Amino acid sequence: MMESIQQQFEQIFGAEWGGMLFSLATNMTFIFAIVVPLLLGVAYLTFAERKIIAYMQIRVGPNRVTFFGIPWLRGWGQPIADAVKAIMKEIIIPTGANKFLFILAPVLTIMPALAAWAVVPFSPEVVLADINAGLLYILAMTSMGIYGVIIAGWASNSKYAFLGAMRSAAQVVSYELAMGFALVCVLMMSQSLNLGDIVNGQQGGSMLNWYLIPLFPMFLVYLISGVAETNRAPFDVAEGESEIVAGFHVDYSGMAFTVFFLAEYSNMILMATLTAIMFLGGWLPPLDIAPLNMIPGFLWLLFKVAFVLFFFLWFRATFPRYRYDQIMRLGWKIFIPITLVWIVVIGAIMQLPDSIRDMPPLNIWF
Amino acid sequence: MNSIKKFFSTFLLLELWKGLMVTGRYLFKPKITVHYPEEKTPQSPRFRGLHALRRYPNGEERCIACKLCEAVCPAMAITIDSEEREDGTRRTTRYDIDLSKCIFCGFCEESCPVDSIVETRILEYHGEKRGDLIYTKEMLLAVGDRYEDQIAKDREADAPYR
Repeated sequence: MMESIQQQFEQIFGAEWGGMLFSLATNMTFIFAIVVPLLLGVAYLTFAERKIIAYMQIRVGPNRVTFFGIPWLRGWGQPIADAVKAIMKEIIIPTGANKFLFILAPVLTIMPALAAWAVVPFSPEVVLADINAGLLYILAMTSMGIYGVIIAGWASNSKYAFLGAMRSAAQVVSYELAMGFALVCVLMMSQSLNLGDIVNGQQGGSMLNWYLIPLFPMFLVYLISGVAETNRAPFDVAEGESEIVAGFHVDYSGMAFTVFFLAEYSNMILMATLTAIMFLGGWLPPLDIAPLNMIPGFLWLLFKVAFVLFFFLWFRATFPRYRYDQIMRLGWKIFIPITLVWIVVIGAIMQLPDSIRDMPPLNIWF
Repeated sequence: MNSIKKFFSTFLLLELWKGLMVTGRYLFKPKITVHYPEEKTPQSPRFRGLHALRRYPNGEERCIACKLCEAVCPAMAITIDSEEREDGTRRTTRYDIDLSKCIFCGFCEESCPVDSIVETRILEYHGEKRGDLIYTKEMLLAVGDRYEDQIAKDREADAPYR
């Protein structure tokens, strides 16, 4: 079917232009197919967050807004109502702010958060850009997001915003290291930077083959660094309400604020997806037997992402905010040494003679 | 030995897991939220809500314009004018309560020698434009007429403790 459409394109626009326009059209379709469900996912992640945290505090959370008065959907209209409200609101630009940078900052925050999704494999065949440097691309894109935060803090021309931006920058830079090292372990195990190959490297019939087990400390480090990287509780000093009002987005309102909000939540989903891909076997079922492997791969991925996201929300409902020096201590004095040690351990195992590596349980992973 | 134990419990995040388990348990506990418009919390008969002016059973208004409530009102929300009626009794010509000033302390009710000004259980009232919350004598009497049964019952329930 794709080929017949391509032929029609070539008939209308000529062979050269037709091919280019066709690939443009297919890519745009794929991008929409990723971004639209992602943004819906973000909307309902905020709903899930409010509901889950409410339930953990023995409340019920949003339960009024519904669609067409259907009683069992009560509360499900809340994210849509919130979005409409945010779109209608005025964007106030403070007098002292740098107008250009002030508007640019939210764009710079959301752009990498969405762009990183290009290399995420949803199932063995479905991936927008199947590039061999996927992991590198992901690291580059997630680090880019911090520029938006710094520029937002600077452009607001307000001390709270600037403090928030500085905190956020220092925190993200320190956790980037631990995260990168944790991913180096994954890289050594899978021998590939391609995310699809990383998932395929975890294939083998059961969840024992997932990198979760040989790299369990790295999984924890990655998960916690992911929480820190997305500036979520308990590492949300960048926007600690009780200390610096709301951090870097104090002066933002309306849609500009909503874009930061979207970026934070899509980063959360991205981080959860990456955790699922690197450590929880991506689209692979936990056991390769009849009822489980009939479920399509992207549903397994979705399930694992939801599982990790639940932990993000659970952390927020449970832990008080870390003090700033405690965050730095955790990042530099604990996570980086652990990851370095584990890299050496994995490297040493990989250098062992084949006869030892073929013994169980090592033969499952190496 | 102790320090090794401590090292492992820190390293395995044992205390953090304990915390997560607490919130995890609460996730499944029954919720205590009162769904307000459908469910309401019980009210005391001493509840202090919207004011009302009462009448005697024969229809005569109770208020004798002694102005004690006006004097005691800490928010100065009450304004009273009075004059002599044809039958020689002193009555109010004006009895305004500015509900946007009122702090619902109940002093007016306590100071009233004839139980005329009372606070009812009504809390769901509102104003839609400026001045809507300034209740005049007629409005207060109307509230009293409408809810007299409830008001009388509440006074009776509270009478042994006065």
